[in-house]
Amino acid sequence: MNRSTFPHRLLPWLLIAPQLAISLVFFYWPAVQALWQSMLREDPFGLKSRFVGLQNFQKVLAEPAYINSIQVTAVFSILTAFFSMAIALLLAVQAEKIVRGRGFYRTLMIWPYAVAPAIAGMLWLFMFNPSFGTLAAIPRALGIHWDPLLNGTQAMGLVVAAASWKQISYNFLFFVAGLQAIPKSLLEASAIDGAGPVRRFWTIVFPLLAPTSFFLLVVNTVYALFDTFGIIHAVTSGGPGKSTETLVYKVYNDGFVNLLIGSSAAQSVILMVIVIALTAFQFRYVERKVHYG
Amino acid sequence: MAEGMVGTSKRSIALGHFLLILGCVIVAFPIWYVTVASTHSIQTILNPPLPMLPGAEAAQNYGEAFSGSITRIGGVSVERLLLNSTVMALGIAVGKIIISMASAFAIVFFRFPLRMACFWLIFITLMLPVEVRIMPTYKVMVDLGLIDTYAGLILPLIASATATLLFRQFFMTIPNELLEAARVDGAGPWRFFKDILLPLSATNIAALFVILFIYGWTQYLWPLLVTNSNSMNTIVIALRKMISFADADTPWNLVMVTSVLAILPPVLVVVLMQRWFVKGLVETEK
Repeated sequence: MNRSTFPHRLLPWLLIAPQLAISLVFFYWPAVQALWQSMLREDPFGLKSRFVGLQNFQKVLAEPAYINSIQVTAVFSILTAFFSMAIALLLAVQAEKIVRGRGFYRTLMIWPYAVAPAIAGMLWLFMFNPSFGTLAAIPRALGIHWDPLLNGTQAMGLVVAAASWKQISYNFLFFVAGLQAIPKSLLEASAIDGAGPVRRFWTIVFPLLAPTSFFLLVVNTVYALFDTFGIIHAVTSGGPGKSTETLVYKVYNDGFVNLLIGSSAAQSVILMVIVIALTAFQFRYVERKVHYG
Repeated sequence: MAEGMVGTSKRSIALGHFLLILGCVIVAFPIWYVTVASTHSIQTILNPPLPMLPGAEAAQNYGEAFSGSITRIGGVSVERLLLNSTVMALGIAVGKIIISMASAFAIVFFRFPLRMACFWLIFITLMLPVEVRIMPTYKVMVDLGLIDTYAGLILPLIASATATLLFRQFFMTIPNELLEAARVDGAGPWRFFKDILLPLSATNIAALFVILFIYGWTQYLWPLLVTNSNSMNTIVIALRKMISFADADTPWNLVMVTSVLAILPPVLVVVLMQRWFVKGLVETEK
């Protein structure tokens, strides 16, 4: 369709100028700077810097702390995506079965979406901190020496719980929408053919939900990689002993706390490549034709 | 679709309710916990287990928080923190909507050189979240003198590819005849925008507003970087600064009050504007 338009020449430029200006000043210019800095090395006093090519990248990728941070990020992201999606799917399937009270459940289910990640982390720390957290009694009752501020595995458990909790609402809403899009006639036909609820779920519902799940997988990965900075910063500060230091936390820490400009910039560029890959992947492969009511 | 569709047994529905109630309890519990804690004295909070029902100290705790005696956050009142968060969240939501509507309007309803180049320039910012350009963006803020200002908190976050894409998509569904009729009637771009486009976009704007308000309110890394002075902190950052497990002086009852105040506004927006929120969430991600 050939869209009819207004004949003005200058006006469209004025309309688009604010967004272009902000994009150039706060997005493109800093991104180019990050690229440039990632190839410079500063002397310890920050007075001179010289061009070192890809040396910063070689150094970063050979650094044990960076490898550790990649592993931490992978464990954290996989666990967070798995728990938040699995719980949300289970609840969404239940919500789809019932009719009465569905709105009520949804209202209760969406709260965590509005809670800042950092606060989600703090709430879990309030409940589970070893000195006065009421729920710290649960791991203790199981015979665990509970101290998430000193034990790396327990710290990871706590941040994963907080990050998954916050994301359940989001995944729930999308799974509910995805389930509603599945034709009821298919389910009824297979029920008449004698398939039980479990069989119907795995042979019809689950495969037809694949586009939604795939989409959520990408979104949850991006969430776990980037939006959870607040949880890590507020709850563990990457500790104890780097056991929860994710990639984004490390960029921040190396840049602002340790003042390693070149290394931090190189890490930023690596993250940029990851985001570009994920976005490209999402637009290329994720089927976004699922219709939500 | 009726309850008791073929193959959905009564037992299965009962199990459904049971699991959903359990799910709601898990999902709502942390918020309930902190709300209850905010109504108890610090002695009660420090002696677990915490009672599961609200206590009698609510008026005192909230009164103390609002009378400005939260000294742990650098003598800044809770009102000031709430104001900062509100200004930031509203600034981002309104700013993003205005800027992205304007650019989508330009891209869809005008023809100008480099139109598609501009579109791609906006689109690619999707791939440059603040987390990947922390240091250089901070440097730009320092050079422009935007540290500790509302402009600094808001401006860098209001360029949004997602909102622009959404409006572009929506504007493209508007039938040509509408524009032609408007032009026959002698309406210029501004009249067309104000009298036709704006009313048609109302639900989209409401939906985006909810999503963007939450986005602005829950920001963490950005306000952490661009605010040094306590009086410019958002409530989320201030809350982080109040907490220390190593320090015996942390006023936990006031920490709980501040948490509730930091959670309440965005939760109210989501719950009260639920219809637009669900629509907005699902549409912006498509």
